[in-house]
Amino acid sequence: MYSETTIVNPAASAPLKEGQLVINVGPQHPATHGVLHLVITLEGETIIKIEPHLGYIHRSIEKMSESLSYRQFIYVTSRMDYLSAHINNLACALCVEKGMQLEIPARAQVIRIIMSELTRIASHELWVGAMAMDLGAFTPFFYTFRERETINDIMEQTCGARLTMNYMVPGGVMYDLHPEFVSRVKSFIQQFKNKITELEDLVTNNIIFRNRTVGIGVLSKADAISFGCTGPVARASGVDGDIRKRFPYSGYEQLEFEQCIDTAGDSFARYIVRIKEMYQSIHIIEQLIDAIPEGDFQAKTKAVIKLPKGEFYSQVETARGELGVYIISEGGTTPYRIKYRSPGFSNLSALDYMARGSKIGDLMATMGTLDLVIPDIDR
Amino acid sequence: MNAENISTYLQELDPAIVLEAGGEWTTVQVPVSAWKVVAQQLFTDHQLNFLFCVTCVDWKTHLSMVYHLRSTITDTTLVVKVQLNSDQPEIDTVSDIWRTAEFHEREAYEMFGVTFIGHPDLRKLILPDDFEGFPMRKNFEDPVNMIKL
Repeated sequence: MYSETTIVNPAASAPLKEGQLVINVGPQHPATHGVLHLVITLEGETIIKIEPHLGYIHRSIEKMSESLSYRQFIYVTSRMDYLSAHINNLACALCVEKGMQLEIPARAQVIRIIMSELTRIASHELWVGAMAMDLGAFTPFFYTFRERETINDIMEQTCGARLTMNYMVPGGVMYDLHPEFVSRVKSFIQQFKNKITELEDLVTNNIIFRNRTVGIGVLSKADAISFGCTGPVARASGVDGDIRKRFPYSGYEQLEFEQCIDTAGDSFARYIVRIKEMYQSIHIIEQLIDAIPEGDFQAKTKAVIKLPKGEFYSQVETARGELGVYIISEGGTTPYRIKYRSPGFSNLSALDYMARGSKIGDLMATMGTLDLVIPDIDR
Repeated sequence: MNAENISTYLQELDPAIVLEAGGEWTTVQVPVSAWKVVAQQLFTDHQLNFLFCVTCVDWKTHLSMVYHLRSTITDTTLVVKVQLNSDQPEIDTVSDIWRTAEFHEREAYEMFGVTFIGHPDLRKLILPDDFEGFPMRKNFEDPVNMIKL
């Protein structure tokens, strides 16, 4: 794929100095959690430069979407950030609804928020487990997967799928909730509250974990904004840019929750922000689970959706940050152009800057806390 | 300062800058020659410090770069569009103002063939190095890797 010379000598304009070394991390590497390829220039153990090579899982989802109808293209987006498929689908559905100027039934709005927050918890749970494993602790992975499994089972019961749910459609959600949904979510909330302390004891208060993450991979507030970072990465650096608060959608404005912000900007701060976000997600679900309104779960729409000529942009807060869907319509049944502003793409661009000058051993602590999902970056 | 004030200010600055209707946010069309100066002013004078979406659109007759800008302080959002010639699209880079543009511009470079003048490292990012053509353009046909369904 890449010619050999580019890999050995990544920048022909800047040849290696004496004592410098180039190593490849990936594209098959356990700590990149996917096919990310980093070409790292080292001097001793110190990182001089990191150059990400992307595209190993590029499927050109944007081009594909141009030939799919407004009902079909939503399903492709589950394959972008597969850990928050619900929220990707929601962003697309919101964008199409904006074009149709459609009113969404109250029941569908509430179901959407509950599903989004369950997804966020599942995604963060997976991240904590994988992150701890990157740093050499194997046990937390089993603890977090136990909780994540419960959420996946709840999803499977209602949506029929565990990972790529395809549950959000323009106008609402695809099916009504399973009769057992409410009781199972309630028992999950209890389970989460009982077990999260175990995880905190195991990871948050672990001296080895703290030594590996505190003060590592520091990103200042100004840099986080300049690199376009969003989500927990930006919030750990003090940027209060949670879309759910700043540009509320789908009924988030009526809910009470906090935007979790830290100012340290290091790897540990990014960990803490995600842990706090899980508590906030539980808090949101608790407000809604007993108050799911009766009524339709889907607004009535035509079988073939046509959007008027114009431009529509919707933005949502996924587990990784701000996902933007930008549709340019020429008035037909398929979009003229779609752009997905994926959070991982911008967050990754800060990696080189954050890791320069640190030791290669700390790279996993820095990269791990960015929570990269490679299909989301490559699209 | 809200987006309307910014657009009025820009129009007074350069009569070639025009307001475009129809979008969700205030949208201005900026001529390619004025873009770098305008971008610098938007950043320093109008606190539009967060460039959250950069993309290119192929309109068959011309290309159009679309920059979505927001202020993290005031939440003001402004969309800037710059029209480019399809045959030889060239535009000044803004990666020295908003560093996130570095990656986004590399993507626009490989997908649409837009050349960014002054970009520090203008190479292919997602596509293989030996890939020919610009796949996101409307006239792109690839019989081997079928993208159109």
